[in-house]
Amino acid sequence: MLLETPFHPRTAPLCRSRRWRNWSGYASALTYEPGHEYEYYAVRSGAGLFDISPLRKYEIAGTDAAALVDRVVTRSAFDCPVGMVLYTPWCDEAGKMIDDGTVQRLGADTFRVTSADPCLRWLQDCALGMDAAVRDVTRELAALALQGPTSREILERVVTGADVAALPFFGLTGGSIGVAPVTVTRTGYTGDLGYEIWVRPENAVGVWDALAEVGRGYGLAPAGLDALDVARIEAGLLLKDVDYVSTWTALIESRKSSPYEAGLGWAVQPRPGRDFVGSRALAREAAAPSEWGFAGLEVEWPHIEKRFAAVGLPPLVAGRASREAVPIYAGGKQVGYVTSSTFSPILKKYIALATVRREFARPGHRVKFELTVEFVRHTVPARVVRTPFFDPVRKRR
Amino acid sequence: MTRRYDVIVIGGGHNGLVHAAYLARAGLDVCVLEARPLVGGATVTEEIFPGFRYSVFSYVVSLMRPDIIRELDLPRHGLAILPLESTLTPLPDGDRLYRDADHHRTWREISRFSIRDAEAYDDYGRSLFYMARAVKYLLDIVPPDPASLAPGDISGMLRLGRHFLDLEPDQLHLLAKLMTMSSADFLEEWFETDVLKATLSASGIIGTFLGPRSPGTAYVLLHHYMGEIDGHFRAWGFAKGGTGAVAQAIASAAREAGAEIRTDAPVARVLVQNGRTTGVALANGDELRAKVVSSSLDPHRTFLDLVADGELPDEVVQGMRGYRFRGSSGKVNLALDAAPDFSSMPGHGPHLRGAVSISPSIDYLERAYDDAKYGDFSREPYIDIVIPSAIDPGMAPPGKHVMSCFVQYAPYELREGTWDEKREAFGDTVIDTLARYIPNLMDIILHSQVVTPLDIERTTGLSQGNIFQGELTPSQLFFLRPIAGYARYRTPVRGYYQCGSGTHPGGGIMGAPGKLAAGVVMKDLGRGKGRRGR
Repeated sequence: MLLETPFHPRTAPLCRSRRWRNWSGYASALTYEPGHEYEYYAVRSGAGLFDISPLRKYEIAGTDAAALVDRVVTRSAFDCPVGMVLYTPWCDEAGKMIDDGTVQRLGADTFRVTSADPCLRWLQDCALGMDAAVRDVTRELAALALQGPTSREILERVVTGADVAALPFFGLTGGSIGVAPVTVTRTGYTGDLGYEIWVRPENAVGVWDALAEVGRGYGLAPAGLDALDVARIEAGLLLKDVDYVSTWTALIESRKSSPYEAGLGWAVQPRPGRDFVGSRALAREAAAPSEWGFAGLEVEWPHIEKRFAAVGLPPLVAGRASREAVPIYAGGKQVGYVTSSTFSPILKKYIALATVRREFARPGHRVKFELTVEFVRHTVPARVVRTPFFDPVRKRR
Repeated sequence: MTRRYDVIVIGGGHNGLVHAAYLARAGLDVCVLEARPLVGGATVTEEIFPGFRYSVFSYVVSLMRPDIIRELDLPRHGLAILPLESTLTPLPDGDRLYRDADHHRTWREISRFSIRDAEAYDDYGRSLFYMARAVKYLLDIVPPDPASLAPGDISGMLRLGRHFLDLEPDQLHLLAKLMTMSSADFLEEWFETDVLKATLSASGIIGTFLGPRSPGTAYVLLHHYMGEIDGHFRAWGFAKGGTGAVAQAIASAAREAGAEIRTDAPVARVLVQNGRTTGVALANGDELRAKVVSSSLDPHRTFLDLVADGELPDEVVQGMRGYRFRGSSGKVNLALDAAPDFSSMPGHGPHLRGAVSISPSIDYLERAYDDAKYGDFSREPYIDIVIPSAIDPGMAPPGKHVMSCFVQYAPYELREGTWDEKREAFGDTVIDTLARYIPNLMDIILHSQVVTPLDIERTTGLSQGNIFQGELTPSQLFFLRPIAGYARYRTPVRGYYQCGSGTHPGGGIMGAPGKLAAGVVMKDLGRGKGRRGR
């Protein structure tokens, strides 16, 4: 039996589609309506409201809290001022990714870390000998992501005791929604203007109601994981166990990825004297790069259309995001594989996240994307482009 | 010294802008001249009432060619198309027919009236898919003239013949029926439910001075079904920011490619010397020189108003006089203090994000046409309603709404009186009709804008207020649009071209005429290859 998140009393009656996915043991709506289109467009045109409570959450407190976070993640925790959030991967000693998530700096000696999968033991083991207590607060905190161009206007009307309008990209603030104390972070998984709201479970329903009430005038819609998947690919954001495999579950060496290989090289921040888990291995890799790299691909849509038209069909790839691995070729040889792909409704392009041989990872490179039409495999041209594919100015402004 | 351009485009509607964008991208020095202070023509969003943005004329998007969206990179220039997925037809007795993207729910709704119809509905959809696929080919080609022996025409006819011979026989037969039947008869072959037939047939009368029982309307039905969004035929959508945002995106693409766009610059006439155009004279007396002049205005204005008598052969003038506009529709745009509450589907459901069609029966629509036939606006009109603010929050202040009501019939030629005298009565008729289905309507109207066919003509220049720049009936399509012999975007005046909806493949926010005409201009100028548009 799947668990219910604290928002379930609200999400369940709204979930007309009755389509739920198991997200870390919780029932999580794939779509609320029969299809995800409207929910997707809510994110790009109004605001989508996602229940992200199943995320794992940890609180770290103590005089060595910053030192612990700094030891675990690849980005430098000391660079994160109080009231800011970092997105970062973290690695094992071999510099291979374990997980990725956000680090919120609640105070000088207090952090909150989110992750896709359980990490308590790792965090506690890394804290050995430090004054840093790690607590699993997954079930003590419910969370919502409010994402889209009107999300700021909605929050401004709902949140008291905080200046939401002044909150910078990746900023964090405390405040209240009604009687409920909340943390608001300007973060998200959609690549749009958006916020995440962290609240105690007993106040969850009240917060949902307040957002839904005010949001009605601002194009707010509850949105599910199908819509989120399209949006996060457009934003070029990775999904654990889809775009990379955790070193803890990989079983074989070749399945593991370093941040460099996953396109997260920018998040590896060695500093003189800084010693974080995996730093030596990553320094070696920086000096002698891996043969694998990350690439965003734009697949040539007219070629997809032509392949389908040749058998008399409309292009049947439009619709949901795909997590099927698809081979990528160049010069007749396989040079990599797509891990996530989708038709982007906002860009009108077919886009994909891929792992490719490093020499093909640079923007501008042309490769071939395998496309199966009516049980027959073809290849269609694709171009390596910079990610994010979709990057509206409002996201940062 | 007068400025000299390669190409002057008359009219900054969506087709004029598409035309200009393609020519500018080919490296030509292009200037668009728009009479109004804003570009868009009938594709405009205007804040007529403070805080409320109306798509004043055209109101939904489907036909916009995907290749144009892609080639001009319109998403980067701000184009976003939001989904329009449902149709509610409220009935006078409080019942309704509701269809949306949920296949099974739609099946259940139709089966309340007829289980046979619920099953036939899928078959009908499949048939129209085949038809749209067959006709889609035509949207991307310059029409060949079957009476011409020019090599381009002959090879075009051969390709066309091959294309249609590839169709399955029953599909070819169905296509012949579509081109000749009335939409009511065509739908009769599938359905027995009156309200379903009526609502589907409504697509066959939009913009046309014909009733659902008039032959030829089945084709118009197809015209509204051959649009595609993201590879899905029959998909309709809202442009975020109203339909004006489509024109703004195209204008942005054209400017980026180097085109100059001048607003408040009405053109008085096209200058012709020795059978060749030399430029245009503006209403303010200025003259602009150009090698090529393309008019995106309707055929009457393009041929009869802008070119001096004597420059055109008699048969062209005669042909043009016979070209039918017959504006048949108007609009009422409403600013609402709250969401409209439909008695047949109360509350704030997803139906508000879709279309609402006042088309309870075929007789209702035919009676509405009867009034118009004899020169009156319909006492009980067909109304196609959308509420863009229900999906695009930027269109109205929070909690408030804009409601766009396309109304038919409103004949351009009234039997008695003038549209200026009848505008208010027309608006009242529409609002009274709506109020029968929306009990809270009278209490929530903050502002109304009534647009008669005369207003459409005055504001946009569309002759007789016809939204398609001339009716889309089989006698005015393809190699007959606008008239035989001049369907390939050229005119009798050398260097003077047509690129508006009055040319193939016709009206709607499609852009295809503008693009196809640009291909012809480039070919004639020896720029690039004469692209067939693919």
